[in-house]
Amino acid sequence: MAQVVVVTSGKGGVGKTTSTAALGAALAREGERVAVIDFDVGLRNLDLVMGAERRVVFDLIHVVQGSARLSQALIRDKRIDTLFLLAASQTRDKESLSDDGVERVIRDLRPSFDWIICDSPAGIERGASLAMRHADLAVVVANAEVSSVRDSDRIIGLLDSTTDKAKRGEAIEKHLLLTRYDPIRAGRGEMLGVDDVLEILCIPLLGIIPESKDVLHASNMGSPVTLNNPASAAARAYEDAARRLKGQQVPLVVPSDKTTLFGKLLGRRAA
Amino acid sequence: MSTTRPSTSFKFRSGSFHALVVKPEIPIHAWFADIDGLLTRSPGFFAGKSVVIDVSGLTLTKPAFLGLLDELSKRDIRILGVEGANPSDLDGRVPSLARGPSQRPGVAEAPAAQTPAPPPVSSMLIDAPVRSGQLIVHPDGDVTIVGSVASGAEIVAAGSIHVYGTLRGRVLAGAYGNQRARIFCRRLDAELMAIDGRYIVADEIEPHLRKAPVQAWLEGDEFKIITMN
Repeated sequence: MAQVVVVTSGKGGVGKTTSTAALGAALAREGERVAVIDFDVGLRNLDLVMGAERRVVFDLIHVVQGSARLSQALIRDKRIDTLFLLAASQTRDKESLSDDGVERVIRDLRPSFDWIICDSPAGIERGASLAMRHADLAVVVANAEVSSVRDSDRIIGLLDSTTDKAKRGEAIEKHLLLTRYDPIRAGRGEMLGVDDVLEILCIPLLGIIPESKDVLHASNMGSPVTLNNPASAAARAYEDAARRLKGQQVPLVVPSDKTTLFGKLLGRRAA
Repeated sequence: MSTTRPSTSFKFRSGSFHALVVKPEIPIHAWFADIDGLLTRSPGFFAGKSVVIDVSGLTLTKPAFLGLLDELSKRDIRILGVEGANPSDLDGRVPSLARGPSQRPGVAEAPAAQTPAPPPVSSMLIDAPVRSGQLIVHPDGDVTIVGSVASGAEIVAAGSIHVYGTLRGRVLAGAYGNQRARIFCRRLDAELMAIDGRYIVADEIEPHLRKAPVQAWLEGDEFKIITMN
């Protein structure tokens, strides 16, 4: 029976889709059966990041509206055969997602997978609230800057009040994934530090993904960074985060100026 | 015991409700400038609130008074009633409210009514951080928060507000008329603090009080904040 995970943030552009793809691929690489679902109807991206955009025939809306079966809409990844994508529609809008339809899709997926990862759209409107509604646990993606952190705080409030689990009086598990973290800029005080973010959000830290060109490159290649460049620092951070999601104890090292001397030299050269 | 049904089916009951009492000051145009300033900083300040205008002590002509009502409705401030006005000045536009026994000297009072029992006070305890976008309203007493109040969260209490964490949001203590209400927090980083309608915004808080444990209270009309180290 699958764990349903929502990857959410409130703010746009912080790395939800990238993180969904990277975590999904990392889990699938370890043999877990994973379905990633793009809830960003009208602005779909997950298919691109997963490199499946040329194979989308049916999407989430077709399944929600009953015009296609789940088995027709699930796209199997070409690289890992336990990884599946349910794409969003680009031509429809979020109003096409019915409450019943989404509930049915999640219910039908649960028995066949270990993980169902819902990539939430930005904002707090219908798409975002449907993406989180059925979640068992949430990965809250944030950057170390004030607007992102405040939006994430708002999202945590909604997770605690509007999800099915919260309405049943159960606690929804929430994990913070700090993305695009730049220890040099944090050291200079241009970004919030890890401690500041944790102090504000008060939820456990799932991982810290360093800012990296590898991530952008992987997205442009249509491949999750954990598959495209598994040796990169960002990919290793995602791998660790995926293991923590599975409940494994993996020590977490906060990247600092000192530990990334090489990166610092590069950063200076680029500056 | 009679089983005869009463001849009418009307039901009456008395109730007391919370309203925000606003007291205009002379000169009215300067007072409206203050109101506009407040609305610029917090556009939703009056939204959804029942507002009573207290004009006792003001001597307004009927046109000036009706002008005041027009200006308020222009700002979307909904008036539940007016206190201390001559009922004939109201033109039937809003109800005139009388504040209980002092307005009705002819009514004989039972001794018990002269020393009314204080209303039951209940305090509210919140054992979790208050997140951005959350609004906590407690019209009956103090609110204690074991955790932080996020930027963009708002706490409204009839009594005092205690925050055992960092206060980053907005807190309104004594919001239903209580000058003795206070605000306590372990670490001050608030966007706005108000006690009984007097408020102070982040920009007006002195830098040395930032990030410090503080208490805030009213001394007359003055907003006082000291550190509690």
